[in-house]
Amino acid sequence: MNIEVRGVTKKFGRFTAVDDVSLTVPAGELVALLGPSGSGKTSLLRIIAGLEAPDAGAVLFEGEDQARRDVRHRRVGFVFQHYALFRHMTVFENVAFGLRVRPRGSRPPGVEIRAKVMDLLKLVQLDWLADRRPSELSGGQRQRVALARALAVEPKVLLLDEPFGSLDARIRQELRRWLRRLHDDIRLTSVFVTHDQEEALDVADRVVVMNHGRIEQVGAPDEVFEHPATPFVMTFLGQSATFAGRVQGGKAFLGPLAVDFPGHPHEEARPAAGYTRPHEMEVGRAENGGGGLWATLRHLSPAGAVVKLELADAEGRSFQAEVNREQHETLRARVGERLYVRPRKLRIFVEPR
Amino acid sequence: MTSATSRRRVLPGFGLTLGFTLLYLSLIVLVPLSTLALRTASMGWGSFWATVTSPRVLASYRLTFAASLGAAALNGVFGLVVAWVLARHRFPGRKIVDALVDLPFALPTAVAGIALTSLYSPNGWLGRPLEALGLKVAFTPLGIVVALTFIGLPFVVRTLQPVIEDLDVEVEEAAASLGAGRRQTFAHVILPALFPAWLTGFALAFARALGEYGSVVFIAGNMPMRTEITSLLIITKLEQYDYAGATAIAVVMLVASFLLLGAINRRQSWASRRGATA
Amino acid sequence: MRRALTEPPLVRGALLAVALVFLAIFLVMPLVAVFAQALEKGFGAYLTALREPDAWAAIRLTLLTAAITVPLNLVFGLAASWAIAKFEFPGKGTLLTLIDLPFAVSPVISGMIFVLLFGRQGLLGPFLGAHDVKVIFAFPGIVLATVFVTFPFVARELIPVMQALGNEEEEAARVLGAGGWQIFFRVTLPNVKWGVLYGVILCNARAMGEFGAVSVVSGHIRGLTNTIPLHVEILYNEYNFQAAFAVASLLAFLALVTLVVKSLIEWRARSVASREEHVREAA
Repeated sequence: MNIEVRGVTKKFGRFTAVDDVSLTVPAGELVALLGPSGSGKTSLLRIIAGLEAPDAGAVLFEGEDQARRDVRHRRVGFVFQHYALFRHMTVFENVAFGLRVRPRGSRPPGVEIRAKVMDLLKLVQLDWLADRRPSELSGGQRQRVALARALAVEPKVLLLDEPFGSLDARIRQELRRWLRRLHDDIRLTSVFVTHDQEEALDVADRVVVMNHGRIEQVGAPDEVFEHPATPFVMTFLGQSATFAGRVQGGKAFLGPLAVDFPGHPHEEARPAAGYTRPHEMEVGRAENGGGGLWATLRHLSPAGAVVKLELADAEGRSFQAEVNREQHETLRARVGERLYVRPRKLRIFVEPR
Repeated sequence: MTSATSRRRVLPGFGLTLGFTLLYLSLIVLVPLSTLALRTASMGWGSFWATVTSPRVLASYRLTFAASLGAAALNGVFGLVVAWVLARHRFPGRKIVDALVDLPFALPTAVAGIALTSLYSPNGWLGRPLEALGLKVAFTPLGIVVALTFIGLPFVVRTLQPVIEDLDVEVEEAAASLGAGRRQTFAHVILPALFPAWLTGFALAFARALGEYGSVVFIAGNMPMRTEITSLLIITKLEQYDYAGATAIAVVMLVASFLLLGAINRRQSWASRRGATA
Repeated sequence: MRRALTEPPLVRGALLAVALVFLAIFLVMPLVAVFAQALEKGFGAYLTALREPDAWAAIRLTLLTAAITVPLNLVFGLAASWAIAKFEFPGKGTLLTLIDLPFAVSPVISGMIFVLLFGRQGLLGPFLGAHDVKVIFAFPGIVLATVFVTFPFVARELIPVMQALGNEEEEAARVLGAGGWQIFFRVTLPNVKWGVLYGVILCNARAMGEFGAVSVVSGHIRGLTNTIPLHVEILYNEYNFQAAFAVASLLAFLALVTLVVKSLIEWRARSVASREEHVREAA
C-alpha cells in the first residue's frame, strides 16, 4: 500500500510545523523522515497516522483520501517515541489489545488471539516475557513490544516515531539492523522519524530530509549523501568543510580556493559556498596540479581507522580533513607544519536570488 | 507536540465531558452562588452598610479575624517545627505521626468541637490544670483560638513539608563549606527558601479559620459582643429569617476570603513561573 | 538519604519534643477524648446510645446522603478531568478556578446560598411553596449542600494525575482501533484508579462529616433531617455527653479509616514511583 501526502500544511498557533509538503512513499519501502528537532518530521508522521489533522492538504492511502477516516479506522501501526505501552497490562495483554477492542462481529475468538499474540511475540523474540509488565522490561524490550502491538492489528502501513531515540548507543545499532531484517521479511510500507543521519542512511530505502517544515531532498541514502540538493542537506548529513566566497565568469573564488565553475558563466558575481567532506581532502606537501590551499596543521588525532587532521587556512579559519592510516604513515605530518590540501570533490552552491 | 488542538480531536468525548462539567458546575456552584450577588445587589448600599457596621457584627468580625490570625500564627511556629521534624528526622512512629497530621482534614468539625470543649472545660483533662494556673480556655476567645489552631495545622505542615524535603542539601553544604554555622545557615539559607511556602500555608490556615464554624461553636460560648464568631451570627440571622442581614455579613467574609486566596494563587503562579525560567 | 548536615543532637531532640508535644495536645488528646468519653459509662451504655432510634435515623440519613453525593461528584470529577487533562481549550484556567470555588466558600455560607435560593423567602421560595415542594429543612437541601461542599474533591485529585500521565496511551489505544468507552475503561481508568479512590475517600469523609453547611439547611428535625454530626450536636446541647460522644465516635472511627486508606494509597504511590525509577536506572 503506498502513501501519498499532498500539499499538507500544519500550524500550531503561529508556528508552521509542516509547510506545504508533498511526498509519495511507494508500497513496501522503508522510508526515513530525517531532520533536526522542530523540522516538522514528527508532525508529518502524526498527520499521516491521523493523530493530527492537517490545516490544508490531504493524505492518501492507495489513492484513497483519509481525511474523513478517523485514526481508529485507518489501519495504521504506530510506534510511539516513548512506546506508550499500557503500564497496567502485561506484555501479552498489550499486544492483544488491538484485537480485543474490535467490535464483537469481527473480534477473533480467544484461542486465535492467543496464538496470534504468541506468534508476534516470537517474531520480536519476547515470547518468554509475555507475563511481564512494561515497567519490568528494558528499553529495547519495550520497543519491540510496542512494535509487536502495532503489528497485531495487521496494519497497512507502519509508522515509527524516533524508534531508537530513547535507547543507548549499543542497543540502538543492534535494533536497527534487526528492524531492517524484519522489514525485509514482512515488506510493510513503513515510515520512521529520526534526527540521526547515520540511522537514516543505514536503515532506510529512501531518506526524506526535512528542515523548517519543508522537504529539502528525497532520495536513496547514497544519493542524498553524495549529491545533496541543498547546503542544508550537505551540512546535516555528516561533517563538511565550508569555503564561502563568490562565483563569477565561470570561476568560483571561495576564500583561498579558486576553481573552474562553468555553472555560472555570467560576469555578474553571486555569493556562493563550496563544501567538502573531510575524507574527500587530499593532504600533501606539494602543489601538484593546484586547486587547493595551504593550511597549518593544528591538531592530529592519530588513533582509529582514519586519522583526523584539524587544519587552519591562512586567515585562521579551521576545517577538518581525514586520511587513512597508510597515507598517514607516508605523510607523517607534524603539528605546526604547513600542508597543501586539495579538495577532491567540491560541491558549490550559489546563493539563490 | 502532543497537543490535541485541531479541528478534529483524536481522543473522543470532549464535547460530552466539557458539556457535562459546565452544566454541573453551573447547577451546583454558579447558580446558587449568584443568588448571593443578586441578594446583595437588591439590598441597597445604606442598609448593607448599616448591617455590617452594627456593633454586634463589628465585634464578631474583630473576634473572627483576631482569633484566626492568632491561630494561624501559632500554626506558623509549631507547624514549621512539625514539618521540619517530619521531613528531616527519622524516628520510630514517624509514619503514624505523619498520617495523623491530616486528622483535622478527616475528623468532622462537630466531633473536633465537642472533643476540644470537653478537654478544655473547667473540669476537663486540660481545662482543670489550666484553670489552676488561672487560665480559662473554654467559653473564652482563647478557646476559639485553640479550635482554629486544630483546624489550620495541616495547611501549614502540608505546604511546608514537601518544600523542606526538596531543599537542596548541597546548598546547605555549600553554606557550611563557606564557613557558616548551622544557625547562620538556617537563618540566611533555609528560612528565606521556606518563606514563600510558609506564607502560603499561613494564609491558607488563616482563610480556613475565617469561615470555620463546627469546631468553634461548642467551645466559644457564643456570647454576643464577646465570643460570637461571624459564622454563628450569620446562622442566627438566618434563623430569624433576616436573609438580607445574613447576606450582607456573609458577603464581607466571602470577599475577604476570596482576596486572601486570590493573593495566594497569584503568588504561587508567579513563583512557579519564576521557577520555570530559573 | 544523605546526612551530611544536621542539627546538634540536643537541638534535634528539642525540636522533636516540641513537635510531638504539640501534636499530642492538639491532635491525639481530642481523638482519645472522643473514645474515652464514649466509653465512660461502659460498653453497654455505648451500644445503647448507638441503638437509639434517632441515632439510627441519623446514621441512615448520613449514609443515604453520602450514597447520592459521592457518585454524583465522582462522575463529575471523571468528566471534568477528562475534558481538562486530555484537551486544550481557551478558558481552562478559569474553569479550574471555578471548580475550586466551593473550597473558598465557608460552610455556613455554602448552606446559606441554598436557603437564599430555595428557602421560604428565597428566590424560588414562593414557587416551591405553591407546589408544596420542600427543599430547605428537608432531605434535598441536605444533599444539595453536601454536594456543593464536596464538589471539588474528586476532580481536584484526578486532574493533576491525568495531566501527569499524558495522552500517549490513549492515542495508542485509538490507533489500535479502540472506541471512546473502551479507551476510558481499559486504559485510562486502570491508570488513575488510585487517584479515583483517593478522591472518593476524601469526598466521602467530608460528605458524612459536614456540619456547618448541613446545619443551615437541615432544620434539625429529630429522626427526620438530622445527620450524624447534627445529632451529635443535639445530644451535646442536651448535656447527654456520653451519648453525644458515642455517636461522635462513629465519625472519629470513619476519620481514622480515612487516614489509614489515604496513607496506604500515598505509600503505594511512593513505592511504585521509586520502583519505576529503579527500573529506569537499571535499563
